[in-house]
Amino acid sequence: MVSPVTLNLKNSQAANCSDIPVYPFSAFRDHIITSVKNGAKLSALFGNPVTDQGLQLMSVLSYPESGTLSLLAASVGESYASLTPDCPAAHWFEREIAEQWGVTPLGHPWLKPIRFHQPFGNHANIWGWNPDEAVKPGVTDFFQVKGEEVHEVAVGPIHAGVIEPGHFRFNCHGETVLHLEIALGYQHRGIERALQSGPDKKTLHMMETLAGDTTIGHYTAYCQALEGLSGCAVPPRAQALRAMALELERLANHTGDLGALAGDIGFLPTASFCGRLRGDFLNLTALICGNRFGRDMIRPGGVLFDLEEQRKEKFLGNLENAFRDVKRAAELLWESSSVVSRFEKVGVITREQAVQLGLVGPAARACGLAHDIRCDFPAGAYADFKIPICTQEAGDVNARAYLRWMEIQKSVAYVRTLANALPPGPIRTPAGALPANRVAVSMVEGWRGEICHVAMTDDVGKFHRYKVVDPSFHNWMGLAVAMRQQQISDFPMCNKSFNLSYCGHDL
Amino acid sequence: MLKSLLARWQQGYRTIPFPSEKVNLPDRFRGRPEIDPSKCPDGCRECVKACPTDAILPTENHFQIDLGRCLFCTDCQEACPSGAITHSSDYRLAARKRNDLLVGEEVLRLAGALEEKRKKLFGKSLKLRQVSAGGCNGCEADVNVLQTIVFDLGRFGIQFVASPRHADGLLVTGPVTGNMSSALHKAYEAIPSPKLVIAVGACAIAGGPYMGQAEVKNGVDGELPVDLYIPGCPPHPLTILDGLLRLLGRLEKG
Repeated sequence: MVSPVTLNLKNSQAANCSDIPVYPFSAFRDHIITSVKNGAKLSALFGNPVTDQGLQLMSVLSYPESGTLSLLAASVGESYASLTPDCPAAHWFEREIAEQWGVTPLGHPWLKPIRFHQPFGNHANIWGWNPDEAVKPGVTDFFQVKGEEVHEVAVGPIHAGVIEPGHFRFNCHGETVLHLEIALGYQHRGIERALQSGPDKKTLHMMETLAGDTTIGHYTAYCQALEGLSGCAVPPRAQALRAMALELERLANHTGDLGALAGDIGFLPTASFCGRLRGDFLNLTALICGNRFGRDMIRPGGVLFDLEEQRKEKFLGNLENAFRDVKRAAELLWESSSVVSRFEKVGVITREQAVQLGLVGPAARACGLAHDIRCDFPAGAYADFKIPICTQEAGDVNARAYLRWMEIQKSVAYVRTLANALPPGPIRTPAGALPANRVAVSMVEGWRGEICHVAMTDDVGKFHRYKVVDPSFHNWMGLAVAMRQQQISDFPMCNKSFNLSYCGHDL
Repeated sequence: MLKSLLARWQQGYRTIPFPSEKVNLPDRFRGRPEIDPSKCPDGCRECVKACPTDAILPTENHFQIDLGRCLFCTDCQEACPSGAITHSSDYRLAARKRNDLLVGEEVLRLAGALEEKRKKLFGKSLKLRQVSAGGCNGCEADVNVLQTIVFDLGRFGIQFVASPRHADGLLVTGPVTGNMSSALHKAYEAIPSPKLVIAVGACAIAGGPYMGQAEVKNGVDGELPVDLYIPGCPPHPLTILDGLLRLLGRLEKG
């Protein structure tokens, strides 16, 4: 069989929407399944409404070796043959498509809503929910295990701590979890629906708050997409400042995660130190832009805030102080045998499982998969200044924790290098209006992993479709699989080792 | 063990002397926005148009800013042709009444203490159940931070608890999504009376960037009776702490 000719783009490169090849569905399906088997990653699969042809499915396959993002489309009617049985990484995407567009993937093994909302526009709800009634989140079938002494534990949507909502159902035999099923959607604010016909004055702020702990990540992805579409060249100094902000975001969250993991096993010194140190990294971001989460740091065409000489001195001093303390706090973890014995061999994901599920970010790298957007699809400063990929092999909580510590060290070194080699020049150029009927795919390695935005404009240069894939979208199933055959009391620790986003998933 | 003790010693004492001493915020920190109408060109409405949440309302000879809607972003400042808009470094923003957040010619009336009965009950020990109802994890993160050694919320007798039945009130973040509405009401009902409700962040106060979306309820107002509004996107941890302490009548002099 001849494989389809795809539209191949680099990160944030734009093309005409009409250049995306449309193939018969069977060829589209075969191409995705074969490519993923051969090492491509399914970065996005989504519905795209086309006026005269109904719904198109569109796929973005990413090829780490060549740094290529390849686009392909196929028209579908009310149903199509599900990809999931042959390509488990499509599992969550197909459920999303079914929920948003009322299209049924025939043969999908577990076809349930993922966010609990009525479909876009006038599309039919495939579960037959009454459009006049409020949606009932979490009310659906759950996987059940039957047998003597098998019991279910239901948690959420409101959890014990100061944390976002989600509903978890554990099927347990004694203390052992046989299966965990996760129902999300409680944070659904309708972002993708609102983005259609944008951008407007709210769009930037939706991007900032898409996942508040990943403000810089999603913000950068959005701006890269816009700049790709409008052909705007971002000044090198702005690129460097963006990369610094992205690494500071990683530093704050990775540090916080090490502290939270320590807290979950009752190792209070590191828990307490890292709680404070996470804030020190946030305050470094605030030193540049005034806000701890990097709000308003970035704008299409560059950044709003500069790091002048005098500020840089203070910045670097504070960075070194924070790193010195994080080093002590992190080393304490792996010098304590009680910590290592709790972290090791818990919540294991094998390399094969990680590939099959399509995991991204630290969760995938902890299973030995050397994938990182910063290296595989470099954009901005990462194209010139390389950052090394860190990996671990064991795929357990310990690997995910230690990987964070490795990445903390690399990020600090990277921020230090960039700050000392900040290119001179402006920090912003005007970004022009968006051209009509163009498409761009923008990828960023957020602290949780691969962020993928696909922007498509219409006849007047407004968003015809804007697709957001948060890294958590790929990884929630990973957490569920990691919990199999584990003690239910290890769930908090396993959960923290992934630390996934609810709002980034729910949109 | 010795290494733990050494690390503890090296980390030092990290709790900030709040509220006894003035705190240092970064020079670019964006606190309460202020408009100087004397600088405004005649009939200029650029800031009004630029505001993503329509928080700036023109009045006869001034402007009114709705701090409940304000995202404390730079959009109005960038749009202003005459530099009439500045952000002060004042982090104190919390108010008891929704209308108190409308500032312009009127100055911000900072939150006063609870009435005698609830103040007596909660003034020295307040247990809160936090509910994120569509929050982006920004407000949640900066609420969480109050429990670290830097702010050490416990020293004020304020604590977050897991069960609403152990709580004296709700601290709500997020615009209240349709999907969280029922859970939010159930949590509220589970709290024994008398109780209080605190709305933290632009989303919880008025919907934030999600205002007007069919999927959300534009904040806690209209859903539950709110006792304290803490503006920001997200509010700085000190803004939240300041609001909580004012509500308990412990900052009335400041």
